[in-house]
Amino acid sequence: MTARIAHVAYNTFREAVRDRVLYNLIFFALLLVGAALLFGQISIGIQRIVLINLGLSAISVFGVVIAIFIGIGLVSKEMEKKTLYTILSRPVRRWEFIVGKFGGLAWTLVVNTFLMAVGFFTALLSLAHRFERADGWLLVAIYFIILEFIVVTALALLFSTFSSPVLSAVLALALFVIGTFAEDLRAFAAMSYGATRVFATLAAYVVPNFASLNVISSVAHGQPIAASLILYNSVYSLFYAAAALCGAVLVFEYRNLK
Amino acid sequence: MTRRGTTTLVAAMLLAASLAGTSMTVHRLDHLRAEAASEEALYLPSPKVLQRMSLGYTGLVADIYWTRAVQYFGTQHHLDSRDYKLLEPLLDIATTLDPHLVVAYEFGSAFLAQKPPEGAGDPEAAVRLVERGVRENPSAWRLYYNLGFIHYFERHDYAAAAAAFEHGSRIPGALPWMKVMAAHMSQHAGDLQTARFLWSSLYQTTENEDIRVNAAKHLRALQVDEEVSLLEKLAAGFHERTGRWPANWAELVTAGNLRGVPLDPTRRPYRLAPGGRVLVQAPEDLPFITQGLAPGKEPSTR
Repeated sequence: MTARIAHVAYNTFREAVRDRVLYNLIFFALLLVGAALLFGQISIGIQRIVLINLGLSAISVFGVVIAIFIGIGLVSKEMEKKTLYTILSRPVRRWEFIVGKFGGLAWTLVVNTFLMAVGFFTALLSLAHRFERADGWLLVAIYFIILEFIVVTALALLFSTFSSPVLSAVLALALFVIGTFAEDLRAFAAMSYGATRVFATLAAYVVPNFASLNVISSVAHGQPIAASLILYNSVYSLFYAAAALCGAVLVFEYRNLK
Repeated sequence: MTRRGTTTLVAAMLLAASLAGTSMTVHRLDHLRAEAASEEALYLPSPKVLQRMSLGYTGLVADIYWTRAVQYFGTQHHLDSRDYKLLEPLLDIATTLDPHLVVAYEFGSAFLAQKPPEGAGDPEAAVRLVERGVRENPSAWRLYYNLGFIHYFERHDYAAAAAAFEHGSRIPGALPWMKVMAAHMSQHAGDLQTARFLWSSLYQTTENEDIRVNAAKHLRALQVDEEVSLLEKLAAGFHERTGRWPANWAELVTAGNLRGVPLDPTRRPYRLAPGGRVLVQAPEDLPFITQGLAPGKEPSTR
């Protein structure tokens, strides 16, 4: 079972790294990190802050775009090219295929983030000439960005099991945007009454909470991140991704592939 | 020539002609739309709306707005404009999006407080901005320094300035001279020594080159103000003793009041005008001076 999932994951990774779009996006993310060095020169006193804000935001945004646009094609592409039938005719169960696809894309994103992070830290080193102790919190911010990618990948995969690639992209992107307002949605639910309150509370718990995963602004000022936030964000993201993945498995298990 | 060669030649020529045409048109368009291009506008005046639209990347949007504030201030200052109406909203947006952007409170308050054309001439708005900065960043003792600075130089509220330095001095990590400043302020408010102390401490502790240069200019201006007052007193003393005003510096040197011809910080000799008035030769090279200016001449602020 594990070997079959690992094979699917490995092939998904191989397929993803062959995609030219991936390299273009990484290139643009690194270009933005480099541009941050110039951006600071037309401002006052924020060279370092702008490099961190722009660098980490670029890693996050481009990673989300990669997760969505590769994630939505994971199932539909296999169906379109009829390769899915070849895979499922072998002793590979449908859920193993979904979990393997998820693992492959998640690993691709981790590798991408690592490459973009190397570019980011190189730019930071060239600006500051040395690392400070507070720079350790930047690693926490990057870890949260990876958690964000894992949730987005699971959502994109879920949508790709039952809708077209375009619709999946729209749904995943919309959920990402709504997820950034998760805290506002919770505040709105607390202020409302009756059916609105029930609906808003339900929506607030269903949409992913991306707001708590974004600590870029805090780490840009060298502010420490609480250990409890790291723990709860990790647990929350894993639970949410697992839930989306289970949803994807359930939908795919009963989907008529004929 | 082959058919392909002809196509290549014609296409290349058309390409060159089209590029030349677009550059000329763009130049003309720039000329036509020069006013529109320089027109400043705040497309989204609400920090809350921007906060929502930034999708969580508030730090980055705050950096963009802070840079917009810097560019706006720089442009208006360069144009000698007295209109800085967008400065406060831009700073408000930047600091609402990122309340910990201390640099925006520090520099932004200086932009707002200084008199036009050096700044917006709105010390009350500057105080509001720094006070918000203090609330959001209680450990940033330097913001109290900025607050005291504005109260002292722009509002001439020496009690408020002393209180600001006193509050700041109590924050862990504050440099010891904050306490000295608070004490000095309550005893010698308004005199040249206090002003010199403030500018010297800024000159010595700032990490920003622009601020250091500005502090150096103010220190030179204080030196000129002090020297001009002293020289005018010497001329008045000469007048009291002889019943006439000295015609030149040599008379004061001969009388033993001076060792030689006095020089200003630019190494130019001070000019002794009729009636014992002392003037600087090039006031444009000595910004912020209040003494030594010819009647009707405004002090330079550059």
